[in-house]
Amino acid sequence: MNKRQEIIQIIESVSGKPFKLSPEESLFESGTLDSFALTDVVAALEKKFKVSIPDSALNPRKFDSVERIEEHLAEWGK
Amino acid sequence: MAFLRAFGSYLPDRVVTNEEIGAQVGCDAEWIRGVSGIESRRFASASETVAQMGAAAGAKCLERAGITATDLGMILVSSGSSERQFPGPAASVAKLLGLDSVPAIDLPLASAGSLFGISLASQLAAVVGNVLVIGTEKMSAIVERQPMDRAVAILFGDGAGACLVSPDVGGARVLGWELHSDGAFAEDLKVEFNEPLAMSGRTVILQATRKIPRVISSLFEKHGLAVSEAGVFLMHQANQNLILKIAATLDVSPERFYSNIARYGNTSSASMLIAADEWSQQVGFEGGVPVCFAAFGAGFHWGALLAVGVD
Repeated sequence: MNKRQEIIQIIESVSGKPFKLSPEESLFESGTLDSFALTDVVAALEKKFKVSIPDSALNPRKFDSVERIEEHLAEWGK
Repeated sequence: MAFLRAFGSYLPDRVVTNEEIGAQVGCDAEWIRGVSGIESRRFASASETVAQMGAAAGAKCLERAGITATDLGMILVSSGSSERQFPGPAASVAKLLGLDSVPAIDLPLASAGSLFGISLASQLAAVVGNVLVIGTEKMSAIVERQPMDRAVAILFGDGAGACLVSPDVGGARVLGWELHSDGAFAEDLKVEFNEPLAMSGRTVILQATRKIPRVISSLFEKHGLAVSEAGVFLMHQANQNLILKIAATLDVSPERFYSNIARYGNTSSASMLIAADEWSQQVGFEGGVPVCFAAFGAGFHWGALLAVGVD
C-alpha cells in the first residue's frame, strides 16, 4: 500500500464512509471531515507514519485534501 | 499557600433557545445541539453591563464565603466583551461592590481569563489577602454584530462567575498551576473593535484538543498524581464535543467533567467559574480529592490548575 492509499484508509476509518473524492478535493467542503474528525485524522497520521507534527504546523489547510496531506507528510519527513 | 474558598455566579434571566437563535442565522435547533451540545443560552438586557453582572456574581461569592467586600485585598476581573477600550470593568465592579481603594485589575483574556485569574490570585493571596476573581461576559453584544456568523452566533451566551481565593482558609488548597500562551494563533480567534467575533473553528478545535489534555497530564504528573484521581474536571465550557474529546484523550469518564453548556452555551471567561459555582452547590470539595480546572481560548492562552479538597 502506498502513502496515498494509507492516508485514504485513515480518512475512511475516521469518517466511517468510503472515500469517493479526488485527491485534490476538499475534505472539509465535501463534508468528509469536521473539526473533531480532523483531530482524529491528525492523531492517526502521526501514529501510522511515526511522525510528531508540531503544534505550530497544525494548520487545518494542510489537511484539507489527500494531496495536501501527502505533500505535508513529506515536509515532516515521511 | 492559597485556598479556593467560595464561588458565585450570575446568569441573566432571558433564555434564548436554539429555535430563536437558529431562526436568526438560518439553522435548525437540532443541528446546533449536535455540533455544540448547546440547547439554550442566556442573554443580558440591553442596559445590563459586564460590570453589573460581574458584581452580582462577586457579591454572591462573598455572601457564600461569609465575608464582605471590605475584607478583600484585590479584585481580578476577566472579560473579553467589555463595553469600552478602557477602563475595563474591574474598577466598576469594585465600585459596585462598595469599594473605593482596593486594587482592581482587568484581565482581558476572554475564555482562559478566569483560569489565569485564579492562578495569579493563588500567588498573590499570601501578599494581599483575599482575592476575588471574576469572569464576566456579555457575548451577545458581540455575536449580534452584523453580519452574524452562524458558526459563532449559536455558541455564545452571557453571564458571570466568581471565585474567592484566600491565603488561609477554604474548601480546597491550590496545589499548582500551569499556564501557556502562544501568539502565533492570535488571528484565529479574535474580536477587533466594533467587529463581529472571528474564529477559525478548525484551528481552535485542533489546537485545544491537543493542548488541554497535554497541560492537564503535565500538571498532574508534576504533583505525583494520576489524572484518573481527579474527582471532577471544571473546564471552560466551550463546546460539549470538545469536552468529550478531552475526556476520551485523557481516558477519563466524561461524567467526571462537569458540564452546563447545554443550558448556558459558551460564556467565555465566565463559564469555568459558573460551572464551579454550580458544582460546588451540588457536590463540593471532598477532603483529599483532587479537582482540576482547565481552559483554552483566544491568544491562544491555555492552562490548568490543580487543587485538593481539605479535610
